Amino acid sequence: MSVTVHRRTLAQLAAGLRAKEFSSVELTRLFLERIEASQPSLNAFISITREQAQAAAQAADRDLAASRGGALTGVPIAHKDIFCTAGVKTTCGSRMLDNFVSPYDATLVAKLKAAGAVMLGKANMDEFAMGSSNETSYFGPVRNPWNTALVPGGSSGGSAAAVAARLAPLATATDTGGSIRQPAALCGVTGLKPTYGRVSRYGMIAFASSLDQAGTITATAEDAALVLREMAGFDPNDSTSVDRPVPDYMASLNAPLTGLKIGLLKEFFDKGLDPQCERRIREALALYEKLGAQLREVSLPNLPLSVPAYYVVAPAECSSNLARFDGVRFGHRCKEPRDLMDLFKRSRGEGFGAEVKRRIMTGTYVLSAGYYDAYYLKAQKVRQLIAADFARAFGEVDVLIGPTTPTPAFEIGAKTSDPITMYLNDIYTIGANLAGLPAMSIPCGFAMAQGSPGRGLPVGLQIVGPHFSEAKLLNVAHVYQRETDWHTMVPEAYA
Amino acid sequence: MALTREQIENIADLACLELQPTEVPVYQTSLSAILDFVGELDRADTASVAPMAHPLPGLSQRLRPDAITEQDHHELYQENAPQVAAGLYLVPKVIE
Repeated sequence: MSVTVHRRTLAQLAAGLRAKEFSSVELTRLFLERIEASQPSLNAFISITREQAQAAAQAADRDLAASRGGALTGVPIAHKDIFCTAGVKTTCGSRMLDNFVSPYDATLVAKLKAAGAVMLGKANMDEFAMGSSNETSYFGPVRNPWNTALVPGGSSGGSAAAVAARLAPLATATDTGGSIRQPAALCGVTGLKPTYGRVSRYGMIAFASSLDQAGTITATAEDAALVLREMAGFDPNDSTSVDRPVPDYMASLNAPLTGLKIGLLKEFFDKGLDPQCERRIREALALYEKLGAQLREVSLPNLPLSVPAYYVVAPAECSSNLARFDGVRFGHRCKEPRDLMDLFKRSRGEGFGAEVKRRIMTGTYVLSAGYYDAYYLKAQKVRQLIAADFARAFGEVDVLIGPTTPTPAFEIGAKTSDPITMYLNDIYTIGANLAGLPAMSIPCGFAMAQGSPGRGLPVGLQIVGPHFSEAKLLNVAHVYQRETDWHTMVPEAYA
Repeated sequence: MALTREQIENIADLACLELQPTEVPVYQTSLSAILDFVGELDRADTASVAPMAHPLPGLSQRLRPDAITEQDHHELYQENAPQVAAGLYLVPKVIE
């Protein structure tokens, strides 16, 4: 096996397996070794499922030998630890579920298994997906492979770090307010959050049910297209799953961008945007223009209210969803409870971390008697205004392009003392969740942070489209990646 | 908006969370700041706006047919339970 096999894309690895260039057992061993070697410095994984992976790889090799199997047969992948995996510990980054072995597979896990993928392990994440820096994980922070003093972003920080360091060609992820796109941007990889309802949420531990959506972190848009085709589709087990045919996302990747109307959100280029990030975004936009796209400025006047609306809606739904963790049927139970209320309160008080408790309490407050109209109902109305702004913009343009985050990766510990500073990391990403829109982040260059060694830190370009426009987003991203090589860059220590 | 110690204790009680005494002032500060922050929503004129009922326009929650589809997996599920006996989940005595 060539020494740079780990740098190949998922599509290339799948092709190499089919061409018998290497076996799944060899590939799986390679990635398991890379994961284990990276753990002390990155902490990107909560569980490494070595034995199951080896067995699955052997089965995949038998399928490959017999020319059976699916699009991903034998390809090693990682799952965010928010997805239930039968017989494997599923913690959601929390002490509450430190002892939880899922009795079933999430639909997404089952679908990727059916496509032939081999699970390497469960990626670290912010506790219950609540965080933007992966610092709220009970299992310790994940570190950014570009500079281990920095955060990888969150909540899918383990997934993004794993793909950036080429510990796996694909990591599944979830996005409630930016949790796929923000870490993808900070780690220099490709993140795709599909339309709300496109990918089943069954077996994905719920945070905010009207916002949560599963997606992918990969090196390239082509890989994301390949995987989305396998992951998407109707699931009767998820009441918000949309019954709508899944297009062949691979078929339209190379469509020319001539005449594509790109909207530049005025609100995305505001005073909070780091000047170096802005320069990289403007360079990418200039390239799109060269490729035949037309740029025009559009405005979403209600977008500045997206973060406050989110911090009412998401905590409200979280306080309801997390009520199921009561120390009775599964999860953490306190020692020697005096009575039933003591059991509930102490199990929850001990099992949840500080940020999760903060959000449960915020949600409890905004839903409590007398406050519902002022907070939750008001936020759902503002959400409607924001969705209407987007709908109006998509009457004029095909996609919106701008930055994914206001700044590149920041230092571990830099924003933990002030929750609002942390929440504002998601200022550019939350709008798509509130409106249920698909969105991507792709790497578009590097910003030189002060004193940072090497070429600097990755910058993410965000592409947002109308509902169910994943094929268009993937096309817009793929054509850019054909012209640039940012998505091929790997941090030196993992090259 | 400054929440009092009693208000935080009341919210924690409603949320079934036991807080350590040292946690209370921390949440007093941060929840007060969050409520001030989300108070910005008041700036939006929503007098004639209907609240969003579903993120996808025109869709609503689907209902499933009222049919029994679940199989009995209680033994498997109870492997995750802190305490079971005779197929039942055990909790401290509720009725004296």
